[in-house]
Amino acid sequence: MGNQPIIELRAVTKSFGPVDVLKGVDFAAHAGRVTALVGDNGAGKSTLIKGLAGVQPYDGGEVLFEGERVHLGHPRDAAKHGIEVVYQDLALCDNLDIVQNMFLGREERRLGTFEEGQMEVEAAAALQSLSVKTVKSLRQKVSSLSGGQRQTVAIARAVVKQASVVILDEPTAALGVAQTAQVLALVRRLADHGVAVIMISHNLQDVFEVADDVSVLYLGTMTARVEVAKTTREDVVGYITGTKTMEAVA
Amino acid sequence: MSANVDNPVAREAAQARPEDSLLGKGMEDGVRDHFRAYVRRVRGGEMGALPAIGGLVVLFIVFGFAHDLFLSQRNMANLLTQAAPLVMLGMALVFVLLLGEIDLSAGVTFGVSMASFVRLTQPDGLSWPLALAIALGIGLAIGGFIGFFVARVGIPSFVVTLGMFLGLQGVLLVIIGDAGAYRLIPAPVKALNTSNLPVWAGWLMLVGVLALLAGVALWDRARRRAAGAPNPPISIMLAKLAGIAVVGVAAVWFLSQDRGSGAIPIRGVPIVVPVVLGFAMIATFLLDRTRYGRYLYAIGGNREAARRAGINVTAVRWTAFVLCSTVAVLAGLFYVSRVGSADAGMGREIVLSGVAAAVVGGVSLFGGRGRLVHAIIGALVIATIQNGMGLLGLPAGTVLAVSGGVLILAATVDALARRRSGGVVVT
Repeated sequence: MGNQPIIELRAVTKSFGPVDVLKGVDFAAHAGRVTALVGDNGAGKSTLIKGLAGVQPYDGGEVLFEGERVHLGHPRDAAKHGIEVVYQDLALCDNLDIVQNMFLGREERRLGTFEEGQMEVEAAAALQSLSVKTVKSLRQKVSSLSGGQRQTVAIARAVVKQASVVILDEPTAALGVAQTAQVLALVRRLADHGVAVIMISHNLQDVFEVADDVSVLYLGTMTARVEVAKTTREDVVGYITGTKTMEAVA
Repeated sequence: MSANVDNPVAREAAQARPEDSLLGKGMEDGVRDHFRAYVRRVRGGEMGALPAIGGLVVLFIVFGFAHDLFLSQRNMANLLTQAAPLVMLGMALVFVLLLGEIDLSAGVTFGVSMASFVRLTQPDGLSWPLALAIALGIGLAIGGFIGFFVARVGIPSFVVTLGMFLGLQGVLLVIIGDAGAYRLIPAPVKALNTSNLPVWAGWLMLVGVLALLAGVALWDRARRRAAGAPNPPISIMLAKLAGIAVVGVAAVWFLSQDRGSGAIPIRGVPIVVPVVLGFAMIATFLLDRTRYGRYLYAIGGNREAARRAGINVTAVRWTAFVLCSTVAVLAGLFYVSRVGSADAGMGREIVLSGVAAAVVGGVSLFGGRGRLVHAIIGALVIATIQNGMGLLGLPAGTVLAVSGGVLILAATVDALARRRSGGVVVT
């Protein structure tokens, strides 16, 4: 991990009234790598992510994008840097088709009217680059898709604009075994395209299957940041529950 | 990314072997595949205006046999002018119905604005264009008011507009006052929904509509081709246009026959027809091809998803109510033009027929599904029921009861269709 991270957080803090949710957290995500963000409920995972998405700006600390200090004060700022979030409860509109969903809020237009053909071409390219083969037609309504297919569309939505950082919030939480495998493969391919993938997960099996790095939050502090290959499941569980620390393990 | 040529991923995809490409799946196939896909969509619950078109055909057959005059030129022209306010009101309501909202006050909104219009244009009053601008302004203000409480304050639209329904009736009573009713004076406004186009203008209108539809369809194909996306077979487009042309020629020819009873011939397409069609085409363009229209559908489908996609949900919802109320004013204009006067009960009853028109036509009460043309077809169904039953001399009570029954039937179809299309297909 010698190279420069795409996105880096240094000592970020966030408080809600008297409650310090993030107490000076360091975090980094690298291009082409999947970084799992794990931690128990209330550890601050969502708060960390919302700051990156520009939904809830941090109170203090530094955010570095490709080594330069930036301010993420609004979802627009995040979008400008190519930071995309795929939310857990699938932010898709059932009554729209796949192309319409993938381009919702950023439609290609000329003279104020839609370039449907161009959007279709780009949507096909995005799905193709993720080797998606399970979708019959780009013009089918999202309501007719299965859970795994919907997750696929939600992720493809993030890559259609060539995102540099994609944040996945519990991408497999609602899926069955086969569909989980499908989505994890998709996450891997996303990283292979040079995207920095940040995956929030409660499922350590998923983490060990697909992630390169794992960062563990415990009560608002980052207790561990290690390569998956250099740690064990017991150690990660220990970091999550606060019974182990990096120093003790080392 | 202005053109896909700049996009390496897109270029790579375009060069990929066709069997690997998702692109145009369901587009480049033959006519038969398209027909099959259509049947599959209908069976999946996306019936659109089909039930309403079927209902309209059945109604025409039933009333045609039941009364000699129903299919006469005079009654058909009469039906069109009767339906015009309802068609316009139905289209107005589509904007809020798409969001899953409702506007129960759209009828009395046109009542208040038209009462103002008619009073302002009494002798020694304002010129009618100025008065119409004021009436539209009143509609705009009412819509803005409703939108504020729905989109900003967060009150359910049912409650806000029910309050407006009652409140505006009071305003209407105050405007009309003790006179009970005011006569409509300006001749051009009277002519709007009582006169006909010259025969040649009717044909010209038809040619214009067909040329516009064909032009837009060809433009779409050219744009898709330029972007490298496949087009559906051109025969489908030609068949659609031919169908519209056949119905259009038959209708214009039928309305160009003399339908007068005396020495003076009455013939031609009613003036409201091109006005309504013109509005419908502009508004359909807005809904299908612009961001604003797409966002109405998106918010109606999943408001939270729309918000996360960066859409200004509050602004879109607010303006939808403004659009609805303003277009309702035009519905009122057709109404007073036909009736020839403004009274204190204007618009009270028509609003539920307007909702019925949209829902019967296939616009979903749950939001996110439906098109403007559905409201037109649905309004024709409701107007046909009222017209036919009136011809048969059935009491007003029966007409009301049947109209109400049709609304509930249509809402049931809507709910069932929604349940079906909501079903997840596992592949």
